[in-house]
Amino acid sequence: MTLPSSVSSRQKPFVLALLGLGLVLPLAVYPVFLMKGLCFGLFAAAFNLLLGYVGLLSFGHAMFFGWSAYVTAYAAKEWGLTPELAILLGVALATALGAVVGWLAIRRQGIYFAMITLALAQLGFFVAVQAPMTHGEDGIQGVPRGMLFGLIDLSNTMAMYYFVLAVFVLSLLFLHRVVNSPFGQVLKAIRDNEPRAISLGYEVTRYKLIAFVLSSAFAGLAGSLKSLVFQLASLADVSWHMSGEVVLMTLLGGVGTVLGPMVGAFLVVAIQDFFAGIGSWVIIIQGIIFVVCVLLFRSGMIGVLAPWLKRRGITG
Amino acid sequence: MTILGIPTQALFGQLLLGLINGAFYAMLSLGLALIFGLLNIINFSHGALYMMGAFVAWLALNFLGLGYWGALIVAPLVVALVGIVIERTMLCRLYKLDHLYGLLLTFGLALIIEGLFREGYGVSGQPYSVPSALAGGWNLGFMFLPIYRGWVVVASLVLCLGTWYAIEKTKLGAYLRAGTENPTLVQAFGINVPLMITLTYGFGVALAAIAGVLAAPIYQVSPKMGSDLIIVVFAVVVIGGMGSIMGSILTGYMLGIVEGLTKVFYPEAASTVIFMVMVVVLLIKPAGLFGKGA
Repeated sequence: MTLPSSVSSRQKPFVLALLGLGLVLPLAVYPVFLMKGLCFGLFAAAFNLLLGYVGLLSFGHAMFFGWSAYVTAYAAKEWGLTPELAILLGVALATALGAVVGWLAIRRQGIYFAMITLALAQLGFFVAVQAPMTHGEDGIQGVPRGMLFGLIDLSNTMAMYYFVLAVFVLSLLFLHRVVNSPFGQVLKAIRDNEPRAISLGYEVTRYKLIAFVLSSAFAGLAGSLKSLVFQLASLADVSWHMSGEVVLMTLLGGVGTVLGPMVGAFLVVAIQDFFAGIGSWVIIIQGIIFVVCVLLFRSGMIGVLAPWLKRRGITG
Repeated sequence: MTILGIPTQALFGQLLLGLINGAFYAMLSLGLALIFGLLNIINFSHGALYMMGAFVAWLALNFLGLGYWGALIVAPLVVALVGIVIERTMLCRLYKLDHLYGLLLTFGLALIIEGLFREGYGVSGQPYSVPSALAGGWNLGFMFLPIYRGWVVVASLVLCLGTWYAIEKTKLGAYLRAGTENPTLVQAFGINVPLMITLTYGFGVALAAIAGVLAAPIYQVSPKMGSDLIIVVFAVVVIGGMGSIMGSILTGYMLGIVEGLTKVFYPEAASTVIFMVMVVVLLIKPAGLFGKGA
């Protein structure tokens, strides 16, 4: 289901069409909604690098998303840093956190790995509850978007949108490049048969750790962007419900596909916006989607559509 | 009277609270270990079913007039029935797949169950009073012991040790252990393994429901009481290693007490101390205190 090693000539029109859509869509659809979808799409793509290509289910990715959001928001608001520097700081923190959490969690496999990441993320949550910089229940509000490179005023919604789109597209291209590189091939070999990869002489632990750090760095990038878009970093971003949501997006869209997490993220965000007015039903519907995905279509939306896409030569 | 500068009243009070929390950790991680042993599924919905147990007790009291002792029998039966339906209709389809799907499915179920109770009863807690037979307390001289809290510790000890005895020392337990080792072989001896699996799941979630009823008079009955607890229990499970039934019981009590002591000496760290212990244990013994292999 994955895209072939380079974007083939038959895929080019499709990729360009998507890009074109991304450029003109804010004229028709509320841009803040689109930015939310792009931020979560990036988050899900980062998460999918682990689950889809290494077979590691992290249940604690909200830690990187949320803490990165806090750091970016704090740097932009309290220190008055420019947005690009604030984002860099957020990503740097997520990368460092990812290195520590990954190093600890990779000691165990399978569901234990999932539980450890979840528990460590909860540790991050409790720190966020108590730390003075996060402002507890209130979160960091009124974060200034600032001037990008001192030139572009991001308080203009359209400027912000195109900045988010640009970061999103570049990140996705990078992640696409990673999974189709020799490094990515080793990751897939580990996913499919870890003992074989070990016997071939690969240092499996190191590969897993690098993938984990990469994934947390991009999850952090998504969180940093989100805190600038909504001018808010809050406890919801670090809670384990957020970790669950990113799993849901990836599962719904299709694990191990490039397009899937993006589609899943937009669907989940649309569901949240649509049902926002009726309280707990959002959670119930998310739960039902989880159950239905696991029982009936484990390959997700893009997996179900894969034969159709394949016929048109869009995916390999 | 003070010990290490802490008034004994406060010290023993927190120790008792820790012991009670430990009792709940032990009952829940025991159920998780049982279910994991035979079904190979990490039951993420365990916390939600614990909450359901507490809610069934509350509903039974308010709508049927059924008191605490009745609820202690009815709630586990109701929840076990729900568990059996879940196992027969959904979980049984996942046994041949990667373990992760079981985790994801039960996570979805937890969201549904919690969401439905939130929708029905809001997020604020409902009070449930201590049964009159267990009201009041004893003054032990060095501390005041509410009778109900003492009862919870005793009840959970009896339940945990009874389960341990049934699994490690009886014939039924031997079948169960054999079923986890080699289901095909056990089936060849004419034992109905699928039925055994279903009943084990029912029993495991019934344990969670009993814990829920026991918890109802101590904590408020609220839809989020399960999700708050389950992640701590997961950390307990990682620390203990889920290698043995006794291991999960001992780890549960031990960590409850560690948490209680932290509340006395350094309250700021109380909510995180179990996770920190997890980090330390992972560094020294990645398989957990009682675990075998990865």
